Amino acid sequence: MTTPSTPAGPAGAAGADPGERRPVLEATGIRKQFPGVLALDRVGLRLYPGEVHALMGENGAGKSTLIKVLTGVQPADEGTLIVDGRPRTFADPLQAQQAGISTVYQEVNLCPNISVAENILIGREPRRFGLVHWSALKRRAAELLTELDLDLDVSSPLGSHSLAVQQLVAIVRAVDLSAKVLVLDEPTSSLDREEVAQLFTLVRRLRDRGVAILFVTHFLDQVFELCDRVTILRNGRLEGEYPIGELTPVTLVQRMIGGELATLDELSEKAQEEAAERVAGEPFLTARQLGRAGSVEPYDLDIHAGEVIGLAGLLGSGRTEAARLLFGADTADSGRVTVEGRTAALRTPRHAIAHKIAFCSENRKAEGVFGELTIRENVILALQAARGWTRPLSRAKQDELTRRWIEALDIRPADPEAQLRNLSGGNQQKVLLARWLLTEPRLLILDEPTRGIDVGAKAEIQKLVARLAADGTAVLFVSAELEEVLRLSHRVAVLRDHRMVATLVNDDGVTPDRILATIATGADS
Amino acid sequence: MTNRPAVTARGPMTRRLAGHRLLWPSLVLIALLLGNLAFTHDFFAVRIRDGHLYGSLVDILQYGAPLTLVALGMTMVIATRGIDLSVGSTVAIAGALACEHIATSSDPGGATTVLTAVAVALGVAVVLGLCNGLLVARLGVQPIVATLILMVAGRGVAQLITDGQIITVNSDKYHMIGGGHLLTFPFAVLLAAVLVALTALVTRRSALGLLIESVGGNPAAGRLTGIRAAGLLTLVYVFSALCAAVAGLMISSNVNAADGNNAGLWIELDAILAVVIGGTALTGGRFSLGGTVLGAMIIQTLSTTVYTLGVPPETTLVFKAFVVIAVCLVQSPVFRAKMPRRRKAAAPRSDTTADAAGRQQEARA
Repeated sequence: MTTPSTPAGPAGAAGADPGERRPVLEATGIRKQFPGVLALDRVGLRLYPGEVHALMGENGAGKSTLIKVLTGVQPADEGTLIVDGRPRTFADPLQAQQAGISTVYQEVNLCPNISVAENILIGREPRRFGLVHWSALKRRAAELLTELDLDLDVSSPLGSHSLAVQQLVAIVRAVDLSAKVLVLDEPTSSLDREEVAQLFTLVRRLRDRGVAILFVTHFLDQVFELCDRVTILRNGRLEGEYPIGELTPVTLVQRMIGGELATLDELSEKAQEEAAERVAGEPFLTARQLGRAGSVEPYDLDIHAGEVIGLAGLLGSGRTEAARLLFGADTADSGRVTVEGRTAALRTPRHAIAHKIAFCSENRKAEGVFGELTIRENVILALQAARGWTRPLSRAKQDELTRRWIEALDIRPADPEAQLRNLSGGNQQKVLLARWLLTEPRLLILDEPTRGIDVGAKAEIQKLVARLAADGTAVLFVSAELEEVLRLSHRVAVLRDHRMVATLVNDDGVTPDRILATIATGADS
Repeated sequence: MTNRPAVTARGPMTRRLAGHRLLWPSLVLIALLLGNLAFTHDFFAVRIRDGHLYGSLVDILQYGAPLTLVALGMTMVIATRGIDLSVGSTVAIAGALACEHIATSSDPGGATTVLTAVAVALGVAVVLGLCNGLLVARLGVQPIVATLILMVAGRGVAQLITDGQIITVNSDKYHMIGGGHLLTFPFAVLLAAVLVALTALVTRRSALGLLIESVGGNPAAGRLTGIRAAGLLTLVYVFSALCAAVAGLMISSNVNAADGNNAGLWIELDAILAVVIGGTALTGGRFSLGGTVLGAMIIQTLSTTVYTLGVPPETTLVFKAFVVIAVCLVQSPVFRAKMPRRRKAAAPRSDTTADAAGRQQEARA
């Protein structure tokens, strides 16, 4: 595939940009084969000092694999990697770090049980007489945090902070490794607006110091706000490398998916007129004063068949916690729930499943998928668990169900026996959805189902939600993206500080601004 | 991607064989057996004497039967991310109970006596398994701690049953279990084979195996998927205790005696080793019954080798340890990837490929 600017060599770089400087990192012809999947097919990437470079592509395009190759997590099958003018091969992440390449991953890879200070400096603790110099360690960690305008108690255990703060700590740690190249893999997917701004300030400061930053994200506006150049991957191949000025959001997405953007407008900003009549009927589920101490205050909620209810609120507002109570993922300590008019005790997930309620956790890796099992096994698992081990689904039935859902949700690779851990995030999410759709739920609770997945898969999942609702499934949709919540929901419940402060019928009067105002003031204006 | 080429590079058959999880345990076992052949020329000879099979290979199978059973139960426990240290004590308790029952009975040779003795041993094993299961599944005690309790206490219980003595029994019917023959085959081997086959059948034909692998692979996700983990956990600990009890019956019946002190001593460690050699990870998830059987056979062959080579008894354990280390190294993808690197230090390009292949295998294992 010829591309506008294949990184053929320094000479070829003339067009795009940062002048005569030499790239701090240059990868060429990177190839990586996984069992059954060619993840990278002769891909290249150039990073110059003092630039923020976006790596874009749909799920499964090879972004994560490329990052793993650059950071020494997985060696490439072929290709060369030049760091600071020297050809390198990294056998492990430590070697990459020593060469000046630091990484912050999407999932925070720190130890929640030890202090913030230790997490920042672990492996390079200041020592005195061969022993850890604790006061120096705390001082150094506090200095680093102050530099970045972070106000944290460095002695507190990391786990006592929100995921967002943990992410920032991870970045602080990576930065302190005196990185020449900082790889940020979806750093903003769990941050709220303010924290994103804080992160961007930090990234710009690092860029001005001459650090090359490779930024992987699915948020298009962030790419345009922050990045100088973009490398786009598609289906494991290099689509091209562009200065940001040459792209618009639309052309960027087109290059990522290699075709016209499937318009979401088909959802027609959703059928609002239907909302009224849905709400008129008997609710499928009612929650009255349902709450859990320390996690979410008692709330009331009615969910009707065929209705999509959005849960909006800032990170940490209790969105997830509220949803988890309805599935028994956490046990409520107050209130009661009725399902189809009858009292239901949703103390454990099994109880909820018996009432035809399904739940996709926001924490896909830890609470959703089984990495070493195959797609087929992952897909049939919820149905099989409900049937019990003595009534196995026949292999033929398993294959048929799996194939049907692989096709329906366009799961790639389309091989039922592929190991799940080799799938991209978006495809893992689809497998998780397939698992629950197989059980024909009456209420589907989706917690951040589109987080960390690309535009194409996101649109597919949103359409799926709309279609399920049209077919009579009730959906509780939790998302940090207000636009998404508004596009899909018939009603929006707004949470603030662990309290449900308003339930808005999503008519023309409801805008992201109005929801933000509700969140800000704690009351619907 | 549907249109991407499948992995067909160099010889799909060789590839599949090379990637098979049972490849290395099989090779190690074959190597051990061949090694024995070099020292003992009639090592592979199997004769029929008095209508019974005899020979070194038959001995390995027969003496390896109890270990295979203990390792079988251990495999299921380890698949759930657990471990059962109490199997050695259960072996001792089961043997002690059965022998005590027979020795004190008025009709030691009677079929009823023997059947009752077996039933008592198995019944108590179920109770012991339930205790472990209760601690792990309902009270959330870490498996290693929960089963350590019974490992230590159980030895004492076995000695209480036997009054600190070695109980000898004289019952042909009881001797059948561990020392008898059926259709020329040692009965113990047949019994172990049947139990392994049954376990394979039940775990793979029902959804039990899949659910156990799910609970072991990702307990949190298992809970949210609606898998009843507590029931499964209890089940595997009971199964493990039952397997250990049968092994205990075999061991005591073979020597016509129950030794509360030494029966099944350290067998839990051999069993764990067999499971690991067989390719089931201690971190839970995917398990391989075939691998476990191979692992148990490797360990038994090793013990036999030690005796036939005439290694001095005081160095036996050291010898065994070296072989086990070698077996583990040869199975480690990281180690295998490093070996060619040493030799081809001058050719850095090829290392990456070797390393890559190693890691891929590691990822798959």
